Amino acid sequence: MAYTEKILERSIDPSVHKMLERAEQLNLETVWDRYEAMLPECGFGELGVCCRNCNMGPCRISPFDDQGPKKGVCGATADIIVARNLIRMIAGGAAAHSDHGRDLAHTLLLTAEGKGGGYEIKDEEKLKALAGEYSIETQGRTKEQIALDLAKAVYGEFGKQEGFLQFTRRAPEKRVALWKSLGIDPRGIDREIVEIMHRTHIGVDNDPVSLILQGLKASIADGWGGSTIATDISDVLFGTPMPVRSQSNLGVLKKDHVNIIVHGHEPVLSEMIVAASNDPELVALAEKVGARGINVAGICCTGNEIIMRHGIPIVGNFLQQELAVITGAVEAMIVDVQCIMPSLGPLSECFHTKFISTSPKAKFPGATHMEFSEEKAFDIAKQIVQAAVENYSLRIQEKVFIPEDKTECMVGFSAEAIVKALGGTLDPLLDAIKSGDIKGIAGVVGCNNPKVKHDYGHVTLVRELIKNNVLVTTTGCNAIACAKLGLMLPEAAEQAGDGLKGVCQAMGVPPVLHMGSCVDISRILTVCAAVANALGVDISDIPVAGAAPEWMSEKAVSIGAYVVSSGIFTVLGTVPPVLGSKVVTEVLTSGANEVVGATFAVEPDPVKGAGLMIAHIENKRQALGI
Amino acid sequence: MSQPKEIFVKTDRCVGCLSCTIACAVEHSKSKSLFGAILETPVPKSRVYVEWVEPDGKVPLVCRHCEEAPCMYACISGAISRDEKGVVITDTDKCIGCWTCVMVCPYGVIGRHLEEHKAYRCDRCPDREIPACVSACPTGALVYDTVDSFSGKVRKHASRELLRAEGG
Repeated sequence: MAYTEKILERSIDPSVHKMLERAEQLNLETVWDRYEAMLPECGFGELGVCCRNCNMGPCRISPFDDQGPKKGVCGATADIIVARNLIRMIAGGAAAHSDHGRDLAHTLLLTAEGKGGGYEIKDEEKLKALAGEYSIETQGRTKEQIALDLAKAVYGEFGKQEGFLQFTRRAPEKRVALWKSLGIDPRGIDREIVEIMHRTHIGVDNDPVSLILQGLKASIADGWGGSTIATDISDVLFGTPMPVRSQSNLGVLKKDHVNIIVHGHEPVLSEMIVAASNDPELVALAEKVGARGINVAGICCTGNEIIMRHGIPIVGNFLQQELAVITGAVEAMIVDVQCIMPSLGPLSECFHTKFISTSPKAKFPGATHMEFSEEKAFDIAKQIVQAAVENYSLRIQEKVFIPEDKTECMVGFSAEAIVKALGGTLDPLLDAIKSGDIKGIAGVVGCNNPKVKHDYGHVTLVRELIKNNVLVTTTGCNAIACAKLGLMLPEAAEQAGDGLKGVCQAMGVPPVLHMGSCVDISRILTVCAAVANALGVDISDIPVAGAAPEWMSEKAVSIGAYVVSSGIFTVLGTVPPVLGSKVVTEVLTSGANEVVGATFAVEPDPVKGAGLMIAHIENKRQALGI
Repeated sequence: MSQPKEIFVKTDRCVGCLSCTIACAVEHSKSKSLFGAILETPVPKSRVYVEWVEPDGKVPLVCRHCEEAPCMYACISGAISRDEKGVVITDTDKCIGCWTCVMVCPYGVIGRHLEEHKAYRCDRCPDREIPACVSACPTGALVYDTVDSFSGKVRKHASRELLRAEGG
């Protein structure tokens, strides 16, 4: 089928081309239309030089040397304004990840107290390992007793005033010592986020470098704190992911089934939706209304959470959420928090789709709110699934259009799964790195952004890396893009360079390892720390690099900051709003190397971005003498 | 006779902030304040446009008030005329909404007022000394000046560049 240039320019995914043409036929607007209507986007915002932090403004600094204001009303220069705005983005991102972690800590606490409405401790081994990190006694105690102490300990990390976050101590000693010497070893998760808001208030911290250091401190509290808590407590409650086969893309929706999509980020709700969808009463009800069964599928990171633990198929990544509704085959779009477009409300009204919000923190126009609570989790999940099943009879058959595109994938590579696949020790991986079969490891993560041709940035960069024998670990929307494009199959080793191909074929794993949701970048940190510790060096010494080819969210800014703070060179595919300040731009792209041993680079061309990562990996290999 | 002023556009200066469009709409509102203007019905209209041209061009466009104004010659109801300051104006009482002016305008800067069923365009802010868009532009992309003065500045700049080039 021939699509218009406009449609082809928006994505590389054929299912997206089909759905965009369908959207045009139905005269429905999507994120790409709104992006085009937004152009030109404000240049001050793009440069990060607008400040709304006090009411003497809003101020904006003219980027042209000879005309317009050069200072805000308070006297803040572009350097100060850009630095303040940047770390406020970090605060937003760290808050989002950490609140996700807090919800998991809360669920563990309720479960340990016997108040969790259907949750149980599924991974006792991991529970004990985490308890060990906190020196919690495990001998002769029930898992609930251990879990209670662990829940209180991790819950306590959020409101801690002094001391340090336990999981930061997984980082190599050299790294922790560096953080301490720079004053960026976080004390408490919430405290560092609050301090950003304080410092960026009118008339507090006005030194760009001092501001950026606080941003890094909060980001470390995210990556090694809130995000790690989110990952590890999820594993305790729902099981540590192990490799599992599944399917990806819009074609996983089924014409003759009740289709339920869970979209958002946390596994607390989606786990229960999965359980409720297997409830015999509800399955019988589905058959009664004429469906052949209940088909649960995911979008975004909540999708990543359930695909890697249950093999539940994934519908797509961030930019496909509206397209899923436009299939006309979705009985319920169930959402919790983060990256849920408010456009889903009005869009769902064009179909029979029930748009169901569940978090007390996230309400949407046009949504039916069915509030979720952990104490009554299974009961509420059943009510939600029932509402979806009952909605099946309202489906308008003429409006159903499901593209057939779907791709097999192998997912679920937690750090534990990788060690297990390696035979219980990291040594085979280290040997492969030392021999050069694997040149290094890349973490490729992040969102979608209509500024980038959908999935093109992700997949092009990843293909280039594996071709050059760089093992790719991935999470979030990049992981979903790679799954859809077939890079998460052992057969994809054919696309890798000879060294990586050999390793993958020997182990029967794909060259691109799905490590989970965006909080699960903590898993990548854990692997990097383990590799560095095994080699007796800092993370900044090992041949690793990061990339976020299509990033857009504040969470991505926090991620980038903690990855660089951890000593990992990171390539961004879209330009962050910092170019209005020479000082901030210089610090991020060069000065940071002297401080934390890593920098950012901005490279919109994914082939060139991969080139920067490969060159960095080669340099690190040379420095290590391997 | 003194030279009349025009709104000149320096396309390399525009950052696309759309401040000019906000200022124009506010100036053409009843309240003439931003907070008042956003609550008015009909919504005040901006007469200045900022176009985006790939990959990063941002171009403000506003009525040129052409000397040989095609719209003025094309208007079949005689609604368009030039006032004593040289500003091309549309007499809304005479405008019949035939959109001939829209068809002939080479800049596409004539709008259709859906509530009033009339054509509308830049009126050079008759109540102001400097048009609102020019005042609002934070980067100097819009300049209110006479042809003599504007081109004089361009010549000055070109001369400096020329000397610099010659000096190596």
